Amino acid sequence: MSLPKEFRYSEEHEWVKDEGDNLRIGITDFAQSELGDIVFVELPEVGDDLELDAPFGSVESVKTVSELYAPVAGKVVEVNEDLEDSPELVNESPHEKAWMVVVEPSDKSQLDDLMDADAYKEMTEDE
Amino acid sequence: MTEVKRTPLFPEYEKLGAKTVDFGGWDLPVQFSSIKEEHHATRESAGLFDVSHMGEIDVKGSDSEAYLQKMITNDLSKVKVGQAQYTAMCYEDGGTVDDFLVYKLKEDHFLLVVNAANTQKDFDWLQEHVEGEVTLTNISNDLVQLALQGPKAEKILQKLTDDDLSKIKFFRFKERVVFDGIENPALVSRTGYTGEDGFEIYLNKNSGSDLWQAILETGKNDGLLPVGLGARDTLRFEANLALYGQELTKNITPIEAGLNFAVKVKKDVEFIGKEVLKQQKEEGPSRKLIGLEMVDKGIPRNGYEVLKNGEVVGFITSGTQSPSLGKNLGLAIVDTAYTNVGETLTVQVRKKQLEAKVIERPFYKKS
Repeated sequence: MSLPKEFRYSEEHEWVKDEGDNLRIGITDFAQSELGDIVFVELPEVGDDLELDAPFGSVESVKTVSELYAPVAGKVVEVNEDLEDSPELVNESPHEKAWMVVVEPSDKSQLDDLMDADAYKEMTEDE
Repeated sequence: MTEVKRTPLFPEYEKLGAKTVDFGGWDLPVQFSSIKEEHHATRESAGLFDVSHMGEIDVKGSDSEAYLQKMITNDLSKVKVGQAQYTAMCYEDGGTVDDFLVYKLKEDHFLLVVNAANTQKDFDWLQEHVEGEVTLTNISNDLVQLALQGPKAEKILQKLTDDDLSKIKFFRFKERVVFDGIENPALVSRTGYTGEDGFEIYLNKNSGSDLWQAILETGKNDGLLPVGLGARDTLRFEANLALYGQELTKNITPIEAGLNFAVKVKKDVEFIGKEVLKQQKEEGPSRKLIGLEMVDKGIPRNGYEVLKNGEVVGFITSGTQSPSLGKNLGLAIVDTAYTNVGETLTVQVRKKQLEAKVIERPFYKKS
């Protein structure tokens, strides 16, 4: 699967999509393929604050639990409710249907600290 | 760092693009396609596993049976040549050294199939206690072990041999079974670790890849898939087959783990651990293995605490979302006071305390 050029990527395998005032966050195709069959996604609630690099939820595969780390700080304005009943969407459509949260960033310049698609691709190829 | 070991089948995983992980020092496939897919294939059709990492210890000599009777908790005197038996081997305090299968090859010749990570520990423990005319040999590196499991296992394997496999009953085996086009004969037993019908096949390592390929090819049209350790774990978990290191450890006795059927305290032999195990079996252990189903949303995992009214009363030994039942289930060792079916308990899932209830075991039984 190709990595969308317009996204930014974190070392913890989240993607961030700039939607103007808000940022949409999910996990990458690489992350879902490493985890295998996703069976449970735990997300924060609308109104919660995300702290930069702190865990804000988790993704569980049959085998393991993996924490989600906030790639940016901000307030959660939207949560993907579909993942509660259909966690397999993370495997099927990690970059689109399985977005996890939308946040209103407290400092949008944090985006500049994330990788672009080429840098992320290089990182995952080294793993 | 010691070097990671590979079974003779490793090149086969690579051909199939399996994802491998370090499992107790072995580079083994966690999955070939998807854990769920491989799990369902084994329940509905058949799955082929490379379990060559398992240890094999050969026990030979005129005193072998008497000696093994002292080492293990089950009763070998009832086992005939051509039969296999599941047993535990314990320390003096009842804690578990390992759990394994004993194959009775001849009156004075046995094969123990032990957990990979315990092979050296078991061998040393067995060697330390040798009495009489007994010779132990670790033959783990000479053999490959394949497991073919699932309702179509017999149909598929029968296409490859003239030996009548239907004559091999549960926990029985046959030696020198010849498979078409395979150089070395095999020992085939009707045993397994999935809760399904099926076979475990032992043969010379030089024939491992040939038999692996032949079974995969023959079973293709019946929906057979190669299966990794991920689904091996979910399959054994649903059937409540103990995993050493989780349900059984040096701190957990086989009685606590619910394996009463493999502990024969009436056996007329003073086997190691008998005193403690006899007391636990007769009076009931103070803690024991239960099955839990999550009521709240969350998945219990190995090591999570189990609580009652805010007090820790036990711990999760294994847990996952059951692929066959679609429920979030766990096995736990819990104070006996809280082990009745229907009892409500709490599981500490990271920062949250989530409700769970005690349910009947095993979770899955083949129909």
